[in-house]
Formats: sequence, C-alpha cells, structure tokens
Amino acid sequence: MSQPIVLAENLGRDYEVGGGLFSKPGIVRAVTETSFSIEAGKTLAVVGESGCGKSTLARLVTLIEEPTAGHLRIGDTEATPENWKKLRTDVQIVFQDPYGSLNLRQKVGAMLEEPLKINRPEMSKAERQAKGREMMRLVGLREEHYDRYPHMFSGGQRQRIAIARALMLEPKLLVLDEPVSALDLSIQSQILNLLLDLQERLQLAYLFISHDLSVVRHVADDVVVMYLGRPVETGPKDEVFDAPRHPYTKALLSATPRAEPGGGRQRIKLQGELPSPLNVPPGCPFAPRCWKAEDICRSDRPRLEGQPHPAACHFPEA
Amino acid sequence: MSLLKIRNLSVEFSTASGPFRAVDQVDVDVEAGEILAIVGESGSGKSVSMLATMGLLPWTATITADEMSFDGQDLRELSGRARRRIIGKDLSMIFQEPMSSLNPCFTTGFQITEALRQHTDLNRSQRKDRAVELMEMVGIPDPSRRLKAFPHQLSGGMNQRVMIAMAIACRPRLLIADEPTTALDVTIQAQILDLLTGLQKETGMGLILITHDMGVVAETAERVAVQYAGQKVEDQPVADLFATPHHPYTSALLAALPERATERRLATIPGVVPGQHDRPEGCLFSPRCQYADERCRTVPPPVQPAPIGRARCHYPLNVPAGEEVA
Ligand SMILES: Nc1ncnc2c1ncn2[C@@H]1O[C@H](COP(=O)(O)OP(=O)(O)OP(=O)(O)O)[C@@H](O)[C@H]1O
Ligand SMILES: Nc1ncnc2c1ncn2[C@@H]1O[C@H](COP(=O)(O)OP(=O)(O)O)[C@@H](O)[C@H]1O
Ligand code: SF4
Ligand code: SF4
Ligand SMILES: [Mg+2]
Ligand SMILES: [Mg+2]
Repeated sequence: MSQPIVLAENLGRDYEVGGGLFSKPGIVRAVTETSFSIEAGKTLAVVGESGCGKSTLARLVTLIEEPTAGHLRIGDTEATPENWKKLRTDVQIVFQDPYGSLNLRQKVGAMLEEPLKINRPEMSKAERQAKGREMMRLVGLREEHYDRYPHMFSGGQRQRIAIARALMLEPKLLVLDEPVSALDLSIQSQILNLLLDLQERLQLAYLFISHDLSVVRHVADDVVVMYLGRPVETGPKDEVFDAPRHPYTKALLSATPRAEPGGGRQRIKLQGELPSPLNVPPGCPFAPRCWKAEDICRSDRPRLEGQPHPAACHFPEA
Repeated sequence: MSLLKIRNLSVEFSTASGPFRAVDQVDVDVEAGEILAIVGESGSGKSVSMLATMGLLPWTATITADEMSFDGQDLRELSGRARRRIIGKDLSMIFQEPMSSLNPCFTTGFQITEALRQHTDLNRSQRKDRAVELMEMVGIPDPSRRLKAFPHQLSGGMNQRVMIAMAIACRPRLLIADEPTTALDVTIQAQILDLLTGLQKETGMGLILITHDMGVVAETAERVAVQYAGQKVEDQPVADLFATPHHPYTSALLAALPERATERRLATIPGVVPGQHDRPEGCLFSPRCQYADERCRTVPPPVQPAPIGRARCHYPLNVPAGEEVA
C-alpha cells in the first residue's frame, strides 16, 4: 500500500466557551477521536448534520488551527506548528461560499498570483503570470478574464476561481468544505466534473465535506459519518451506503429525498434534535434520538469497531 | 374553480442599469388540496412571482397580469382592509430567509399570538394554548419555554419552525412555502416536509412549495412548474415530469442529477442563465440548448398544450403519439 497523503490519529479539538452573561463556561468538543487516512488520487467524504464538526476538522487538516488532541501527519512530516510553514503548500482549502471566500477588490490574476508571491519568492513576475493563466485554462476559465474582478463572474465561475487559487501551489491534498452546496444543479455538475478531472490529472487527495449524500455517493471512495464531533461509522462508500451499520447513518440515508417520484418509502423518524455540543450525553451520543437505545447505550460509550467496516454502536444493523 | 389563478404575470424592476424583467408571462393554477412545486435555478423568478401574488414587492416593481385571483376574488382590486383580511389568514407565506421576517424585538410567543389576535376571535388564553399547540405541531420541544425566547436565542432550524407555526396559525387555505427547508439538516427537513404535507392532507389547504431540490420535489409535490429566466417552461404531474420531460431544459436538469449519473462524468448544461443585458431574442434557453436552431434563436417559442407539458418550446421532447405540436 502506498503511503497516505494525510494520516490523522485520534484527532481532537476542544473550545472553551461561555462564561458570559447567560451561560456557564464550558468545553465544546467540536472534534473528538477522529482517525483517517487518504491516499493520492482518492476522496474521503465527511458527512453529518450541521455542527457535527465537519468544518472544524477541515480547519485542523488545513493547518489553520492546532488540534488539542491526537496527531496529524502530512506526507511523512508530523504536522506540528513548527512544520506548518513547510507543509502549508501541500494542503489547500476551498470553501462553500464562492462569494465570501474571495477578496472582491482583487483582480482574478492578482488573486491567483498571491500565493506564489508569498511562498515562492524566487519566481519572477512573468513566471507567476504564466502559471496563473495556465491555471485559469485548467479550471475552464477564459484567460482574457485574467484582469477582471470577482463580481463580474457567476457563482460557478467564482467557485472555479477559488479552486484555481487553491491549486496554484500544487498541493497534494485539497480540503473541499461544501464546495457545491451554494451552486445550482447545472453548475454543480460542471464543478464536480472539474474536480474529478483535476483529481485524475494531478493525483490529488480530497477531503470532501458535504451534507448532500447524493453528491457524496457520486464522488467519494470512502466515507466518514460524524455525529456530535465523533465518527460513528466509516468505510468504503458502497458499503456505507448500501449496508449502513450505525442507526444514525441509516436515519440520515432514509431522510435524504431521492429524485424518483412514487418511491413510497418509509422514512425513519428521529425524535428530537442534536443535543447541545456543550452537553453531550454520556454513553452513546446518539442515544436520545435512537429507536434502538437500551440502558447500556446510555451508560457505555460504544467503540468504533466491527466488520465489515467499523461503526460505533452496541447494536449495529446486521 | 382554482384556488389561485394567475394569467400572464410579468414583473419588471426598474434598476440603475435599466428595466429588468424578473418574471415573464407566467401562469399559475393551484386547486384546493393540491401540492404544486415550483423549481428553477437561483434568480429564475420563483420568489418574485409569489411575492407579487402576495402584494409584497417594493415600489420599484411593475406588476402586470391578465388575471390574479384567489378563490374568485381579484387580488389586484382589493382594498387595503380586504387584502389584510386575506393575506396572512387565508393566503399565507413562509419566507426564504426566516431571520429577516421574524421581528427580533419580540418573543416568538408574542409574534404567534399577535397573528392570532389579528385574524381570529380567540381570547387571550385560547391564543396562548393555540400557540403552544402550534409549537408542538412543528416539533419544537419544550414549547412554553420557547415561546418566551427571542429569535436570536433560537437556532436557524428552530426559527424556521417558528415561521411555519406563524404561517399556519390561522389555518390558511393556501400556503406558499419558499425554500422552507433549504437551510435545515436532512433529518429536520424530513420532519418539516412531513408536517407540511400532513397539514395539507388534514385541512385540504393548497400548498405551493418553492424549491431547487429535485429530491424534495419528487417526494413531496403532485404537480411541478419549472421556471427558467423568469418564464415557466414546463408544467406537469410529478411522475410524468421525471419520466417524460418535454422541455429540453427540464430534461437537461434531470440529467445533471448525480443520482442519475451513468458514468463518472455528470451531464452538464453549458453556459449560464441569461442576464439583464444578454436576453436572447427567441427562446431564452437557446444559447444553452443542444437542439437550438435558427428558428429557436429568432422566434419566441409557443406554449404547448397540456399533454405536452405546456412546454415553452418549438421542438418539445417525448411528444405522446397523436398529439399535435403547437
Ligand atoms: N427588488 C429587486 N430589484 C431588482 N431586481 C430584483 C429585485 N428582487 C429580485 N430581483 C431579481 O429578480 C430575479 C428573480 O428573483 P427571485 O428572488 O424570484 O429568484 P428565485 O427564483 O427565488 O431565486 P433563488 O432560488 O435564488 O431564491 C433575480 O434576477 C433577482 O436578482
Ligand atoms: N471557534 C469556536 N468556538 C467555539 N465553538 C466552536 C468553534 N468552532 C466550532 N465550534 C463548535 O464546534 C461544533 C462543530 O462545529 P463545525 O465544525 O463548524 O460543524 P459543521 O461544519 O459540521 O457544521 C459546533 O457545535 C460549533 O458550534
Ligand atoms: S449504541 Fe445504542 S443508542 Fe447508540 S446508536 Fe447504537 S443502538 Fe442506538
Ligand atoms: S425552443 Fe429551441 S432552443 Fe428553446 S428549448 Fe426548445 S428546442 Fe431548445
Ligand atoms: Mg460547516
Ligand atoms: Mg427565492
């Protein structure tokens, strides 16, 4: 087996919050005991409801924040802060919002050249420009738009710009945090195709964060399902989608509407909603909403384990 | 008789860069007890056409229509008082951005009971009970406590449910829900959609669901209107729309669904929706349509008859045997 591009072991990130007028101080465990690895050319998708820790995980892997537990390796280098500068070019991120993530006062060209200016000071201006133009072609934008401002582009084109910018330093890993969620269907398919093309050509590893399971099903090789900051099920995409073992995965799949009328499916109805992350129940965090919960679920935290792929549940689905 | 009947609705905004047509010759019919979904890409005029119906557009909008009637009453001729009696009671809307339509200065409880005070003759304690009942219906745990909360103290999903509670407070006969679940997680979305369709079945109200999610359409709607660049381009029962789309845009949209992918590369629609200054002369979809010819580019297409999905197209697809193309 080839060496993974990224390896995370028991990664965790806590935040201290509150202590204000209305709340007691507390600790939010945004991400807890999360392990995974991604090889070159492969896509690991992270799915789960809002607040389950997807974006926090993205910030840890992109070296924007330091984990408070566990460790992270990029290539063969331990991703501790003293190595961040060296690793930064290997990992880049693309955000959900093509409007918010670009500097609106900067021309596209300048935006693309900026990472080179900072990280490759030895490059000449002409070299930077050549590389920027090449990147515009690569993501399907017209070179003659090099001197335009972001507001002159459509949402889909802006997402292409964000992807182009992320690729300027030739990263090995691209973290995609809801990259198509803000886009219309016809544009979404263009961007997904672009990502697939780039992955094949450049052997990029993707950490693909999304709440849209039909998109994930299309792009992922492996999937991690998160709930309240913890992975509750992880495995090859087809196994997780076709034979989910964790009740939460099952509920999530059954709640996802399918574009086929007249299915007449029975949806699993979950009770209540996500507990406050300040107040994660002992035992299985899913127990308050789980239809299979028994006493042991409320007292003992299930471990992520089992065959054919791991699930954190005392009574996994057959 | 249709509960809501709109003929030839157009909305034009005057903007700094000239007039802009956001809605273009749209017809809408909804029967009592029917669920109509309106789908289309961002900017296709879904919200504006419904806001026009509700009389909620700013003064920069010029609205024209041959007919706009609710339950036989002409919505354009109503006096202010008569309008207020209908809007918010018989005809009610859930807005796309919950935070902008809840008043941050009042508790959720006040906002719900206030709607009840205006439109019903319930007394104070009955209003309070009804508010609690509504909060329970929309799945808000611990309603009595939540009624005392201000919008900023609740999550987005909670506020969305408060909006729904307000909209259904007076048992409307027609509810227009503009992307009611787009900001919510799928498990909560499933609850809200079940709630809305359950209500619709129980009370026989009509429901217009605006969405861009084809999965939601497939599982919720009975009939679907597809909008493109301000025009309605197709209108069919939901199963027929997915099985035999008549307009090339509908067909291309369905093909772009990842679920329908037959290979790793997805089908795409080249180009983008036309803007204010590059609206084509003939068919608005012609710059992106794989079937476009000279006629498409120069002559605006007719609206086909109902068996051809009222497709706004010169060359509709999947024409049933024996049907005459307009
Ligand atoms: N007050 C306004 N002045 C000028 N143009 C407007 C105004 N309100 C809406 N528009 C324009 O009208 C068009 C239709 O807008 P509308 O809100 O109906 O889109 P929509 O189909 O609901 O899209 P979305 O899916 O993004 O909600 C858009 O191009 C929009 O920019
Ligand atoms: N800087 C922060 N301070 C305090 N809490 C945070 C911070 N960032 C994230 N959180 C909390 O951590 C949890 C996970 O957040 P996030 O990773 O953004 O979730 P997702 O991206 O899955 O929606 C949430 O409960 C969120 O409120
Ligand atoms: S451990 Fe128990 S409560 Fe948790 S998911 Fe499994 S069955 Fe449900
Ligand atoms: S009228 Fe012509 S261009 Fe327009 S949708 Fe029909 S075939 Fe395509
Ligand atoms: Mg997030
Ligand atoms: Mg809208």
